[in-house]
Amino acid sequence: MGVDTVLWSKLVTGMTLGFHAIFATLGVGIPLMIAIAEFIGIRKQDPHYTLMAKRWSRGFIISVAVGVVTGTAISLQLALVWPNFMKMAGNVIALPLFLEVFAFFFEAIFLGIYLYTWDRFKNPYIHCLLTIPIVLGAGMSAVFITTVNGFMNQPQGFVMNAGQFTAVNPIQAMLNAATFSKVSHVLSSAYLTGAALLAGIAAFTMLRKGVTDYHRKALKLMMWVVLLFSLFNTLAGDISAKFLAEHQPEKLAAGEWHFKTEKGADLILLGFLNAEHEVIGALHLPKFLSFLAFGDFNATVTGLDQFPEAEWPPLLIHYFFDSMAGIGFALLGISLLYFFFAFLKKRHEFNKWLLRIVALGAPLAFMGVELGWFYAEMGRQPWIIRGYMRVDEAATSSPSVRILFFFFLLLYIVLGTMCVVVLRRLFNNNPAEVEMEKWAKTKRNPTTEEGEHA
Amino acid sequence: MNYELIGISVLWLFLYGYLIVASIDFGAGFFAFYARLTKQDHLINRLISRYLSPVWEITNVFFVFFYIGIVGFFPDTAYYYGSALLVPGSIAVILLAIRGSFYAFENYGAKSSIVYLFLYGASGLLIPASLSVALTLSEGGFIVKEQGSVVLDYWALFTSPLSWSIVGLAITSVLFISGSFLAFYASRAEDHSALKLLRSYALFWSTPTIIVALTAFIYLGQHNERHFQNMMDLWWLLAISVGFFMTAMWLLYNGRRYGLAFICVMLQFFCAFFAYGIGQYPYIIDPYITIQNSATSPSMAIALIIAFVGGLCLLIPSLILVFRLFLFDADYVKGKH
Repeated sequence: MGVDTVLWSKLVTGMTLGFHAIFATLGVGIPLMIAIAEFIGIRKQDPHYTLMAKRWSRGFIISVAVGVVTGTAISLQLALVWPNFMKMAGNVIALPLFLEVFAFFFEAIFLGIYLYTWDRFKNPYIHCLLTIPIVLGAGMSAVFITTVNGFMNQPQGFVMNAGQFTAVNPIQAMLNAATFSKVSHVLSSAYLTGAALLAGIAAFTMLRKGVTDYHRKALKLMMWVVLLFSLFNTLAGDISAKFLAEHQPEKLAAGEWHFKTEKGADLILLGFLNAEHEVIGALHLPKFLSFLAFGDFNATVTGLDQFPEAEWPPLLIHYFFDSMAGIGFALLGISLLYFFFAFLKKRHEFNKWLLRIVALGAPLAFMGVELGWFYAEMGRQPWIIRGYMRVDEAATSSPSVRILFFFFLLLYIVLGTMCVVVLRRLFNNNPAEVEMEKWAKTKRNPTTEEGEHA
Repeated sequence: MNYELIGISVLWLFLYGYLIVASIDFGAGFFAFYARLTKQDHLINRLISRYLSPVWEITNVFFVFFYIGIVGFFPDTAYYYGSALLVPGSIAVILLAIRGSFYAFENYGAKSSIVYLFLYGASGLLIPASLSVALTLSEGGFIVKEQGSVVLDYWALFTSPLSWSIVGLAITSVLFISGSFLAFYASRAEDHSALKLLRSYALFWSTPTIIVALTAFIYLGQHNERHFQNMMDLWWLLAISVGFFMTAMWLLYNGRRYGLAFICVMLQFFCAFFAYGIGQYPYIIDPYITIQNSATSPSMAIALIIAFVGGLCLLIPSLILVFRLFLFDADYVKGKH
């Protein structure tokens, strides 16, 4: 077993997860937006909102398809690339994995029904109700899979006996110390990202084609959601930092370049490290790390000096941490800015500069999610199950994993490109206003054959 | 009954379910592509997509479900299969990914394309071929333990008539199952031209299926005497299977009761699949893993069984709803919605 094989195993899994995270986040976030839009459309009797739900769900299904297949890939890769991990951890994490599939199954069933039953129920609320199992199923599958990640960080619910996990308590393993903070951060960031994406698309379209009622309404609705979930997300981030400080101090310390255990620790922003692990050119916020970690400016924060250097996570993650947190605040700022302008004067919130900033929010949100996951995963190194199994002990011994990396790389390039091409074609050739008119016509004249589904 | 037996029975039942729904899906993809090539797509492709569009994801989840279930109940399988199947398994994953996404691109995207359809149709035959390798491996002799690590003996695998006959069986049965289901679906839709074509597909693939099945059975006898003998002891189950096959053929040939014909096909595979599975007992991978020596801890097994029962209480009504809306709703099937 060479170091090389371990490295390629990490790369192939990191790449799959990095790609899947985009679609998984959409898969959790977008259904809620669809549900909100459809509900408001019925309440306000405003077909613009109903059209939003229809168009979003039509795009959503494409991303779901990619999410499903990459999700299948990652679940199989768990056994194919990390056979020793699955052999050992399978005894403890099988339950949440199993439940995750159930939740997704549930979601898939109702998504199929939802897409093909737009005009089948007399009472429009019945169709709207179908979004509930979709939102729940998507959210619960995120919850279950996040408990598995929580377990890898905070293994609990078993007794270690001769290299095996025995006396397993699956529920306790699911409700490990990391679960609450992780789940809340994953969910809040997914809803935030979903809303930021749809707001960004509306802003982008208005920049290119001028302000229209449909996109104006979409933008406003989504900015409310962005505002709400940036607040939740900030709170969840704070909970996560406090959790790390207490339970996984090396991850926080590596993210903060906090080498020496001390009272009243400074928060370090950006900067560089020299060979002696001294921080250069960083912005120091005095005592803020102690405050972030324990809500007390004079609390003691454990530094990396408490851990053998071989068990330090890579120090690069400092930048991931800072950028992720920065993006979180930026998204909050963008939504506040939007409502500030909206409050100042009518139509002011649709000036070009503000729209540009809102449009920028969409890629930023995705970067935030990616950076967050890279921080979380690399911050756990060198462990795959913290304290019990190292990453290099878990990997496959087969050198073929290197070639497979390139196969999977090619696959993701093809899927990613095709996904963008198909989505562009789907919406560019069929602008919302045109569809609105067509729809209004068929409503007035019900004998015209109905165009398409969903 | 003990946990591991409940576990493996439920999983085997699930694998059977996947075999049926996935065969329909895989075969339909191939037929759609083949019909396009032979310029008959106007007859059947609309019908096929009416059935597949709402259910393809469900099919995919069935597979993940089985996989997670077996890894959860019998974690050692993850180690053995994971180590040995890195390459064939990854190929299957890539094919599944191509198939699923190109299906969505073709159906939900704005424009249809023969390339998408080809990727979708061809992968439909390659996936069952690559997945069937897992069954071949379980017969033993292909996985070797070398200095503490598990490797797959590719030479033995590629030169074994057993593995090729199992691949052949996977492909022919996919086309047979799919053809007979789609004939039933067309008859419900009262779409006579589609029915005629699909019935001919089903009839065409029936004989190869039974011949390849017999061939695979004979090669199994040469490869794994124990498994073969156990199956011979279950001769009555195999006989029932053949009986259902004959009935299905008779119904299809006479062109009536397509629903019953498809049920006979399902039962034919049910009997054969369970004879195969029971014959393999107690091994999961001969000779390394038996269901007893690889089962997870009792507390996890109980948790999984409870989760499973709870999940089914949620899923079965939802599945019934899907079937009522898309499979048994005559108007939907006929394309009136």
